[in-house]
Amino acid sequence: MSFLELNQVSKSYGSTEVLSNINLRISEGEFVAIVGYSGAGKTTLMSLFAGLIQPDTGTVTLAGQRMAGPGPDRGLVFQNYSLLPWLTVFENVKLAVDQVFPGKTEMERIKHTEKFVAMVNLRSAREKLPSELSGGMRQRVSVARTLAMNPKVLLLDEPLSALDALTRSTLRDEIARIWQESRMTVVLVTNDPDEAILLADRVIPLTRGPSATLVSGIDIHLPRPRDRRFLNENAEFKMCRNQVVTSLLAAGAKPKTTITRDLVLPDIQPEDISTPRLSSNRRGPTRARERRREEVEIIP
Amino acid sequence: MRDSTVPTAISASAVAVTPTPAKLPSSNRVAFAKFDWLLLPLVGIAAVVGLWFALSATLSKDLPNPIKTWEASKPYILEPLAKRGELDQGILRFTWLSLILVAKGYLMALVVGTPLGFVLGLSKTMTKALDPIIQVLRPVSPLAWLPLGMVLFLGAGRQASELAALFTIAICAMWPTVLTTAVGVRAIPQDYLNVAKVLKLSRWNTLTKVMIPATLPYMFTGFRLSLGIAWLVIVAAEMLTGRPGVGGFLWQQYNALVYEQIILCILTIGVVGFILDRLMSVVERRFKTI
Ligand SMILES: Nc1ncnc2c1ncn2[C@@H]1O[C@H](COP(=O)(O)OP(=O)(O)OP(=O)(O)O)[C@@H](O)[C@H]1O
Ligand SMILES: [Mg+2]
Repeated sequence: MSFLELNQVSKSYGSTEVLSNINLRISEGEFVAIVGYSGAGKTTLMSLFAGLIQPDTGTVTLAGQRMAGPGPDRGLVFQNYSLLPWLTVFENVKLAVDQVFPGKTEMERIKHTEKFVAMVNLRSAREKLPSELSGGMRQRVSVARTLAMNPKVLLLDEPLSALDALTRSTLRDEIARIWQESRMTVVLVTNDPDEAILLADRVIPLTRGPSATLVSGIDIHLPRPRDRRFLNENAEFKMCRNQVVTSLLAAGAKPKTTITRDLVLPDIQPEDISTPRLSSNRRGPTRARERRREEVEIIP
Repeated sequence: MRDSTVPTAISASAVAVTPTPAKLPSSNRVAFAKFDWLLLPLVGIAAVVGLWFALSATLSKDLPNPIKTWEASKPYILEPLAKRGELDQGILRFTWLSLILVAKGYLMALVVGTPLGFVLGLSKTMTKALDPIIQVLRPVSPLAWLPLGMVLFLGAGRQASELAALFTIAICAMWPTVLTTAVGVRAIPQDYLNVAKVLKLSRWNTLTKVMIPATLPYMFTGFRLSLGIAWLVIVAAEMLTGRPGVGGFLWQQYNALVYEQIILCILTIGVVGFILDRLMSVVERRFKTI
């Protein structure tokens, strides 16, 4: 039974149709990643999930109920953090906690807030204003604020795009860890196929806009936790990436001519010549000859 | 490659040589720059006082010269808190009376102007309905409002002149607050409002926890401009109502053909206005940092 469902959804701004005929079923506890081009309409799609905007046609349902507006059961982590600049880290999270748990006592709410500030490793920065934080820290506050609302669905709008490569991988691992602990339903939007494959159970490409639509998803069966360092050479990871990239390219507006050909890699192992060569370990090349298929684009 | 390295070497050595002869005049410059914040204003003041002497000696013989002005103003300055009569008090006492009246009128302007600004910022319909009226009322001089205030509060008896003065200050000083608050509300980033929507903040909480903090920097710019106008209006209001205060004193002395204290009043009004503006911009800057 699907938990979160989009049926024949389309959305236009003015006369341009941004999203067209979107159909999507997500089951409870699933981690789905949507990969798309910049400007394809990813944020628009997220706003539809969050209920910030209403679809022109079609329906968005959560647990069988049609969504009428935004609400704290769908926690959205905004693409640009959207922290309130006059509140400290703690106060930004507390604002959400106060709003979502009016039944709890003040002490309980403070405890709850502190727990989530600690979860994203920001305890030492709790009294800082957003302007005093780095981009990665701001994003973590934004994640903490959303998780603290205990949402049924976590919506992540390019949470890592604005970060440098190192911070990106740390925060990505943090998201993976938090998801493994909580097993909530997550929809992640990104423009990075690797990031999607490393995190999600299912990756769905969004075609290039205008009139962007979702194409059939690719299931990822890689075991968790997924460690980037080992996966780079993993055949299944490479295959998944190939599939995602191919279907994104195929979905692009410009048709491309490509040929596929066999490529035979020679059986030579690169050697570190700075280490002295001892006659005892003087062995021949260790890597066997490898066959690969290579896709080459033809530019007319 | 070669060609380009040669000129670089020359220019580098030229840079290394030049500082030595340039050192002497530059150190003199530094000494001068240290005091020019004091020196240059003094030069300016001296020039104006000189011009004043010249004017009182030549073109306008009725204008008391600086020395006469100082002599006549001395009792008011050296005993700033004395009270010899309703319209014969020390200059600080007069200033205090004016400040109290301004404070009351200014508060009224903020209390009315800020919510009005919010309403205009939030509702396009209200903007369309009220904007023409505001644009017409805004340039009206306090001298024109005051008689209307007198008529409005005719029934209030002895209170009438104070109420009329407050009405004039409030209505003249209100507009910057109204307009900048409206601009600030319209400039609230959609992101903040989306946060409020996702959290399902109530209307009241959205207003107090998101919209007002986001608008505060704009509001304080308006507050500062409004205070400037309120202080401008006080003189006119006191003149026409004859209330004791800096402006009232000025007008009374003019009518009594005692011209010496007019300049004292003008200077007092200027200095107080300057201090008020400085104080407000300190407050304003505190809110700008967010
Ligand atoms: N409020 C709006 N009014 C008009 N057009 C809009 C609005 N929001 C988005 N659009 C248009 O919709 C299209 C998709 O925008 P969207 O922000 O969803 O893209 P995106 O995929 O999130 O891009 P990015 O990767 O840069 O974040 C864009 O062409 C944009 O110009
Ligand atoms: Mg976006």
